[in-house]
This record gives sequence, C-alpha cells and structure tokens, in this order.
Amino acid sequence: MSRGATLRLAMTAAQQTKVVASSPDELRRDLRLIADMIEPGGRVLDIGCGDGALLAYLAREKGVDARGMELSQSGVNACVRHGLSVIQGDADRDLEAFPVGAFDVAVLSQTLQATREPRHVLETLIRIGKRAIVSFPNFGFWRIRLSLLWRGRMPVSELLNNPWYDTPNIHLCTIRDFVALCDEIGVHIERSLTLDRHGRPFALNPRGGLANLLAEQAVFVLSGTTKQTER
Amino acid sequence: MSSSTAPLLKQPGREWPGYSLPVEEPLRLDSGIDLGPFTIAYQTYGTLNPEHSNAILICHALTGDQYVADPHPITGHAGWWTTLVGPGGVLDTERYFLICANVLGGCMGTTGPKDIDPATGEPWALSFPVITIRDMVRAQKLLIEHLGIEQLFSVIGGSMGGMQVLQWASSYPEAVYTAVPIAASARHSAQNIAFHEVGRQAIMADPDWCGGRYLSLGRNPSRGLAVARMAAHITYLSEAALHRKFGRNLQDRNAVTYGFDADFQVESYLRHQGSTFVDRFDANSYLYITRAMDYFDLAAEHGGSLPAAFAGPQPRFCAISFTSDWLFPTSESRSLVHALNAVAANVSFVEIETDKGHDAFLLQEPELFATLRGFLTGCAEHRGITRFWS
Repeated sequence: MSRGATLRLAMTAAQQTKVVASSPDELRRDLRLIADMIEPGGRVLDIGCGDGALLAYLAREKGVDARGMELSQSGVNACVRHGLSVIQGDADRDLEAFPVGAFDVAVLSQTLQATREPRHVLETLIRIGKRAIVSFPNFGFWRIRLSLLWRGRMPVSELLNNPWYDTPNIHLCTIRDFVALCDEIGVHIERSLTLDRHGRPFALNPRGGLANLLAEQAVFVLSGTTKQTER
Repeated sequence: MSSSTAPLLKQPGREWPGYSLPVEEPLRLDSGIDLGPFTIAYQTYGTLNPEHSNAILICHALTGDQYVADPHPITGHAGWWTTLVGPGGVLDTERYFLICANVLGGCMGTTGPKDIDPATGEPWALSFPVITIRDMVRAQKLLIEHLGIEQLFSVIGGSMGGMQVLQWASSYPEAVYTAVPIAASARHSAQNIAFHEVGRQAIMADPDWCGGRYLSLGRNPSRGLAVARMAAHITYLSEAALHRKFGRNLQDRNAVTYGFDADFQVESYLRHQGSTFVDRFDANSYLYITRAMDYFDLAAEHGGSLPAAFAGPQPRFCAISFTSDWLFPTSESRSLVHALNAVAANVSFVEIETDKGHDAFLLQEPELFATLRGFLTGCAEHRGITRFWS
C-alpha cells in the first residue's frame, strides 16, 4: 500500500473534512471495512461523521437511511450541502435524546477516544442502536509502546498525530482496556477486527496479548446483553 | 401557473398587488372565536407542476409580508428574500412553486385589526380577536387546499416564520415533505416576551393610539410604533455587528453636542429604522402579531412534551441557527433537534457562524444559502422534483 493511503488512514475524526467521496474506491479503508459490516436498507447513525463519506456511501450503495452527527461546523455544513441528514452535535451531549433502538447500527469511528465520558457514550450507543460499530486507535500498539519507552515522550503516530498539548484524543485506550470496559458494562462483542499499520485487517483474538501489540487500530461490532436492554 | 385545478384570482382593483383568497366559512380560532369572512393575501413565484409536488410555502417573520421577491408596494424596497428567489436561485423558480401569504392579523391584505369589521363598519382595532401562530397556520392550510396542493414540498421560514414551520409540522405532518425552521424556537422565551411587551407598551403609551381606535379618529401612533421598532431592532442585531457597523462613530459631526440629538451613528440608524417602519406597518397589527408569538409554545399544546408535538410520520427537517443570534439562540434550535431525535425524525441541524445576529436569515449569508440549497436539492431529488427547463 502506498504511503498516501496510509496517511489517509491516519486522519482522525477531527480532521475528516474533505469533500464527500464520490466513488467506493475513494472511501477511506477503515470506513470501507465498517461499511462492509452494515446490512443494506437499515437505519444507521454515524457519530463523528466528518464530511459524510461513509454516510454518502451507505446511502448510495446500500440504500441505508443514513444519518450523521458531527461536531465541526465545516463538516456538518458540507454534509447538509450534499443532501445528507446530519446534525451538529457531539457524542457526549447530543445522543441522549434518541429513543431505545432508534437505529439498526450506531457507528462511532475513531471518535471514542475524543469523548469526555467514553463509558457513558458506549452505553448510550448500545441503547440507541441495535448494534454499535466502534473503531479506535490502539494505544497498546508496539510502536506506541516503544515510542514511550525509548524516547520518553508522548507518542505521536500517524493515527495519533497531535502533540499532547493540542489533541482531541483525551481518553486513549488499548484493545485490552476496551474489551475490559465492554465486559464491565455488559456489552456483548459480536465481532472484532484488528488492523495493522497499513490498515490491513488481520484476525486475532481481541482478548489476546498479540492483538494488543500488533494492531494499530481495531473495529468492534457490539450489541447489548440482557443486562443492557433491561436498563 | 399552469394548473387548471387551482383558480387564482388576480384582483387588480385591490389595495395591494398580488393574489387574494376570500374565505367565507368562519375560521374557529384558538381563542374560541369564529373569524369570518376574511381574506388571505398572497404572492406566488414559479409554476406548480402537474403532480402538484413542488410547492414551497414561505412563512414570513413578524414585520415581513408576502412580498418575498417583489418590490414592496409601499416602500419600493426589494423583497425580503429576493436574494434567494429566482431561476437557478436557492429557491429556484424553475423547480419550485413558491407561495407566501400575509399572516392572519397582518396589515398587507390579509384580514387584520386595521380592516373593517363588517358588524360595525369601523376598523376592527382591539375588537379583532387575538390570533395565534396556529391560527395563522390554519389560514395558510385553507390557502394550500384552495391551490389544490395536498402536500407541500417544503415549509420554510425564519424567526416567527420558523414558528409557523414547526406548527405546520406538528398540526399537518402529512401535508409537509420537508420543514426548514431557521433561527426559530418551539416556544417564545420569557426574555422575548419581555421585549415584545416593551414594544407594545411603547405603542399603547402614545397618545395617538387612542385605545387602539386611531384609524377611526384619523390619527396614527407613529412615535410609539417607531420606539417599538427601535427596541426590537436592537434584538435582531448583535453587539459585534453594531460595533462593526457603527462603533462609537458620530453622525455628521466632529464632536458630541451635549444635547439629545442623534450624536451617534447608531442612534441615527435606529431612528431611521423606526421612522421608515411606521410608513408600512399598522400599530395594532404589531400588537396582535407579537402576541401571537408570545403565546407560541408547541410543547404546551401537547401536555408539556415537545416530542409529543411531533408524533406520527414527520417531514425531513433542516433546522438552522446562527452563532450570534441571542434572540433565538442555538440552544433553542438544539432543544428542538433533541425533541425531533426523541421521535427519531429525519433531521439536519446546522449552526452557522456569523456576527450578524438574528437578522442573519434575511442577509447575504453564503453558508445559509449553501445549506438551504443542498438540503432542498437533495430532498427534491428524493421526491422526484425536476427543473422545468433543465
């Protein structure tokens, strides 16, 4: 894979304000993986939808009732200008109003680490979506560990490319941390996908140490357990 | 207009240019009073398509009227949304059929307090029944039915126009395909009621108001109405916009005069706003329409629950607010969006960054235009509405 493609992968949610992708090929690779996990025809909410690339793709290719939420004004305006249903808002504050099971899938791509209360956001996702798809950068990735160990500085990687004093990523976690949180709040992990530093998926048990070491990012498909849906 | 099912009466002999619909059947108002017969004055732009699916109802604000894109018959100024309307415009007259009616209680042709009460032969004045936003929308619904339109492609409006949009979505959701409330709110805030009360008291304190009977007595409470307009106009702007436009600049002088003349440009500007307003607006209409806004509280109509106001299949919404609008702040639009989320309505919400305050919806605001165009075009494609000559 070219370096250009890797860099596209490296964009964080806060930076995704390009023009809406016009063909499937232009969809960022991690978004394409998410799109492939979504059944046609359902209702999907993409939280932190950026420029709406995933929404546009889902609406066009899968006939999905695609809706989005985005914090940046430029992102929201770009989406609405392109005929997408997007509201200006953030995951911490503006998800509460949605009723239980309002969406077939709630997508939170590369955004969880930028929320103020990731645990609450995760619980809310499972409440408003019959399923949730969550992707995040893995802070347990070997390069990040090495960076901290050898350089003694806060890691700045392609995926986490902001200095510590100027980053939206305030709640970074490892894959193991994430799995532990899912267990703690009773979220059922239906499926997981680990991606290497080139954005290529490889199948490793998300509970294992190897996945936590080798994956630069991970994508989880989650659903509520009995404990969740009773709340 | 091409449709034969929608007879439109051009009445050249009328006081104001445009169309009017006489309604014989009395309209039951929220107050319990039956109003009728009455007249609805309106303008249209563009052509209704054979499917009758391309109609957009534009709802005007407190001091607006139906002359959206025509020169105003009194002031001669360009229509208040001229920048949006036209072939290829945001409100594309080669795609949409645009309708705008003067609101009930208004003074530009639709029956209001300055018109003659048939029972007395005198102007209604304060014997005109108090009307509400819902009453205005009921009257608009009659007009839409008269025009042979079952479902509007869109209802669009800013400020009080946005209140009407929300009322449409709540009262007649099946008759609205898309709803665009701009700088609006589902209820009039205490602060806004307070500002309106200042305006009304200014009018009623004018000796020429004469308990509302000024027309019969050949007088006009123009000083009171001008003060009401001046006070209200401040609320439509922002501190930043006032500072940008006027600062502390003096008006045609080099030093303050140590008197109460309009030393400052901002004073001169407000006086001008007040004095030109009284030429085109009726003081009693101002009382009635501000009252209608004060009474607006969509949740209250539904047991205090705003989501309950949007039950059933809802239109696609696009709510728009402006960062510097402190009269209908973004928080009001956000509450609305949350209520719409609660019923899983299809809603877009855009907050536009501007220093122009509440008035931004009437001004050259490229981001507003781009948002409206994108939303409407996307929905029109969804609805299968094409341009006539594309």
